[in-house]
Amino acid sequence: MSLLEVDDIEVRYGAIRAIKGISFHVDEGEVVALLGANGAGKTTTQKTVSGMMRPSLGEIRYDGQRIDGLPAHELIHLGICHVPEGRRVFPMMTVRENLEMGAFRFKRPDPQILARVFELFPRLQERIGQHAGTLSGGEQQMLAIGRALMGKPRLLLLDEPSMGLAPLIVRQIFSIVKQINSEGVTVLIVEQNAAQALALADRGYVLETGELVLSGTGQELLSDDRVRAAYLGEEISS
Amino acid sequence: MTDFLNFLIAGLTRGSIYALIALGYTLVYGVLQLINFAHSEVFMSGAFGSLIIVQSVIGRGVHHLPWYGVTGVLLLGLTSGALIGAIVAWGLERVAYRPLRKRGAPKLAFLISAIGMSFFLSQLAGKLFNRFSDNNFPTYYNVNKHLFDIRGVHISLIQTIMIVSAVVMMLFLDTLVTHTKLGKSIRGVAEDAQTAALMGINIDKTISRTFIIGGALGGAAGFLFGSAFTVYNTMGFIPGVKAFAAAVLGGIGNIRGAMLGGLLLGVVESLVPTAPWVGGHTWIGTQWTDVVAFVVLVLVLMFRPTGILGERLGRAA
Repeated sequence: MSLLEVDDIEVRYGAIRAIKGISFHVDEGEVVALLGANGAGKTTTQKTVSGMMRPSLGEIRYDGQRIDGLPAHELIHLGICHVPEGRRVFPMMTVRENLEMGAFRFKRPDPQILARVFELFPRLQERIGQHAGTLSGGEQQMLAIGRALMGKPRLLLLDEPSMGLAPLIVRQIFSIVKQINSEGVTVLIVEQNAAQALALADRGYVLETGELVLSGTGQELLSDDRVRAAYLGEEISS
Repeated sequence: MTDFLNFLIAGLTRGSIYALIALGYTLVYGVLQLINFAHSEVFMSGAFGSLIIVQSVIGRGVHHLPWYGVTGVLLLGLTSGALIGAIVAWGLERVAYRPLRKRGAPKLAFLISAIGMSFFLSQLAGKLFNRFSDNNFPTYYNVNKHLFDIRGVHISLIQTIMIVSAVVMMLFLDTLVTHTKLGKSIRGVAEDAQTAALMGINIDKTISRTFIIGGALGGAAGFLFGSAFTVYNTMGFIPGVKAFAAAVLGGIGNIRGAMLGGLLLGVVESLVPTAPWVGGHTWIGTQWTDVVAFVVLVLVLMFRPTGILGERLGRAA
């Protein structure tokens, strides 16, 4: 049984169908990538999994239990931690307070996890008393991931962690995501940076305007001509 | 100098009431980006609620109570005012705002709903309570007794009570917001409600609790104000508008700003019209008090459009 099963969901913004019946699954311990261009529905799919949106049709099962329609603040108690698009750190709170917010579902933050977060992102420890709004984009991304880790995720949802960051920082963040995954956290990652994401992912799905058009292992997708043409910007002569 | 100090004390007294009410505006603005215009009626409800409770416990008229009796009645008044204020504010959110929020109504609808609730509550209070034979708190201590009198500079008992209880409540709120989980959830929702929900914060509950806290402060302020003056159904209007101005002056959405704005507004409107504070002679005159208050507001906003403590609690600049 998969950890996450998405079964033929449809999601609407008013009259607009953003997701038109997609199904996929994520097994425990996997890294799964959702790829696609702007407006393909990647973020919407992830928001629906984390409870920020409700599907109008279809089912989402997590650990065998139906979770579609449950609000986000309840889903986090099941270990679904979402690093939203655009990082969304709390700008007027300090780095420490942001991390403590990540552990809000617990009575008090676990000092061991806090130490682990600082081990993964030493930069955050240097900036611990600084307001999150004053951090650079890369540091904010690190903080957003660190904040999600504070909630002890079983399923970590990452929405475009590479957005707007320098290649060096992107590599660093992806290697940390790999490390987090190797410690047993299942990852569902949304990316436009297909090369990076597929190098990391066990499997991937490609979305186009609200529908799944391709799926396969990371290697399969990386060598697929359509993926190469659309997302890796390569000329395909045929 | 003597007059100056006396007017300063009077200004601080008034200012602490403004500050307590202003906190209610600013807290709600923080989480909802909404000016809760019915907050002045929360203040009024706190005054009536505590009046009814205090009257039913010790009766009307004049009493001679020992000091512990006086303290007991004061605490009873403060807590009952706070309780009624909290209940009314909570109910207000449930009836007037939550249904709109669930339907995704535009901001204007919230504003109309707020104004409607304000009229409704004040008219209802008029119908229910204005036929009371006695809308004054019973006299259970000498309100005007001078606690200190140093060469003409005096602080009366009621002034001391108002300032001390306001300061205690403000310190309490400040600690609550900075250090407790409840405070963190309020700040989280104010900064980014959707992300706060991802952290496990229940937005609806947090908004309710914010109204309850703001309502309790406003209701307690109602008791303090009612003890010094009298209680009637439209008593909330002027202090409400002033407190709103104070919240804007300090930077709406900013909690310390509301406290600062309230105290500042009280002091300015007490000192400026009474200058130069000698022998009862004035340059401007106390009939200009309200004008002075709002001129100050306009001037400050011209130079600092986001208020004195500039940045907002709600969002990054």
